[in-house]
Amino acid sequence: MEGLWITIKLSVVSLIIALIIGLFFAILKISNIRILKWVADAYIWIVRGTPLIVQIFILYYGLTDLLLIPMFWAGVAGLAFHSGAYIAEIIRGAIQSIDKGQIEAGRSLGMSSGLTIRRIVLPQAIRRAIPSLGNQFIIGIKDSSLISFIGMQDLFGVASTMGSNSFDYLPYFITVAIYYLIIVLILTYFVNITEKKLAKSD
Amino acid sequence: MNTMEMIRVNNLNKSFGNLQVLKDINLTVKEREVVVLVGASGSGKSTLLRCLNFLELKNSGHIIIDGERIEQNTHDLNTIRKKIGMVFQHFNLFPHMTVLQNIIEAPTHVKRKSKQQAVSEGKVLLGKVGLGDKLHVYPSTLSGGQQQRVAIARALAMNPKVMLFDEPTSALDPELVGEVLGTIKELAKEGMTMVIVTHEMGFAREVADWVIYMHEGRIVEAGTPKEVFDYPQELRTQAFLSSVL
Ligand SMILES: Nc1ncnc2c1ncn2[C@@H]1O[C@H](COP(=O)(O)OP(=O)(O)OP(=O)(O)O)[C@@H](O)[C@H]1O
Ligand SMILES: [Mg+2]
Repeated sequence: MEGLWITIKLSVVSLIIALIIGLFFAILKISNIRILKWVADAYIWIVRGTPLIVQIFILYYGLTDLLLIPMFWAGVAGLAFHSGAYIAEIIRGAIQSIDKGQIEAGRSLGMSSGLTIRRIVLPQAIRRAIPSLGNQFIIGIKDSSLISFIGMQDLFGVASTMGSNSFDYLPYFITVAIYYLIIVLILTYFVNITEKKLAKSD
Repeated sequence: MNTMEMIRVNNLNKSFGNLQVLKDINLTVKEREVVVLVGASGSGKSTLLRCLNFLELKNSGHIIIDGERIEQNTHDLNTIRKKIGMVFQHFNLFPHMTVLQNIIEAPTHVKRKSKQQAVSEGKVLLGKVGLGDKLHVYPSTLSGGQQQRVAIARALAMNPKVMLFDEPTSALDPELVGEVLGTIKELAKEGMTMVIVTHEMGFAREVADWVIYMHEGRIVEAGTPKEVFDYPQELRTQAFLSSVL
């Protein structure tokens, strides 16, 4: 039960941070400033080009050894760093799918480009991105199990420990699988509800 | 009182890459005048209209709005655009906002009016375009004609000095065209200065003080509706009119 709580806390915190990171880099990518685009491209390239477990280890050793950051937050950093890149791509795609006429309508009313992005483009883009974001959240929750390799006692970590103590792994891992299934089921339900709610206005 | 020049365009040129779309355009629109732009597809009507509110930036020439010569690299274009309302062919309403929210968006966020004031003014405007009962619905539930009237009200909510219309009825089913043209005629009666691109020649004849015929990026002929429609001087104008009338 303790493991379940850690998995949930880890997933929720890292995905919220990933959302903020993703939004930030999505905006860098659509900006007209070349250096900012490069920064975003480099970030996404690094995340895509390396295994998550390597990212987790580098951030874990980097943050805990050099900066003395607690293990939980080092884990959050690894997961958020990873999901953030995928979320950035999802949001960028959604922003670019918004009709150019929306921006022109905003600008023709005297709105600045920043205000137009914030008030007109982003709200529509986020709505459009919700199915893909939900998907990415599910991946993020499942990926969080890798955090046990830096020694965290999340769902998977607890099952490993208990399994090795009793020399009978299977029941523990089946239990873990069921926990993940239930979490994903609940998340899917909420994503669907949000989608339906927002669909009304479209 | 002498009538002010609301818009003056001198020697305007605009290219997209190698394609010169506007060639040495000269144009004056006085206060309270209605100018209608006609011409074949691709002749540059939309581009000219969009240069007037700086959605497209000119390559050379001068644009003077309300007595002020606007330089696109030194002026705050957002400030200029507040004076110039624009209505698009495809309405471009904000789909995630209700009708009333569409109307008050710019007044509250750009002009920083209080929400209360913007709402009460917005209700008046929506009543004026015949949509006083649709305040809280989303645009997607409205007909095209209703959406376009909301778009007109949204532009009017900024109290613009000029209104630009780019084929406001081209995306509408024929039976919905009349209600939108009616709203525009109403504005003309009230003395709104307007530049309108349209293919509705009957409407143009009725509402325009001046008709401008464009061909391949040039103003080929300009005059009163009577002059241009009944006694066109240029062969190209004659050919165009016989193709659309
Ligand atoms: N953003 C752009 N980039 C490149 N070319 C463009 C762009 N906008 C317009 N053009 C070209 O400029 C020319 C004039 O276009 P414009 O839209 O002003 O014509 P129009 O008179 O409004 O035509 P229509 O009646 O079809 O709306 C066309 O050849 C068009 O292909
Ligand atoms: Mg056009």
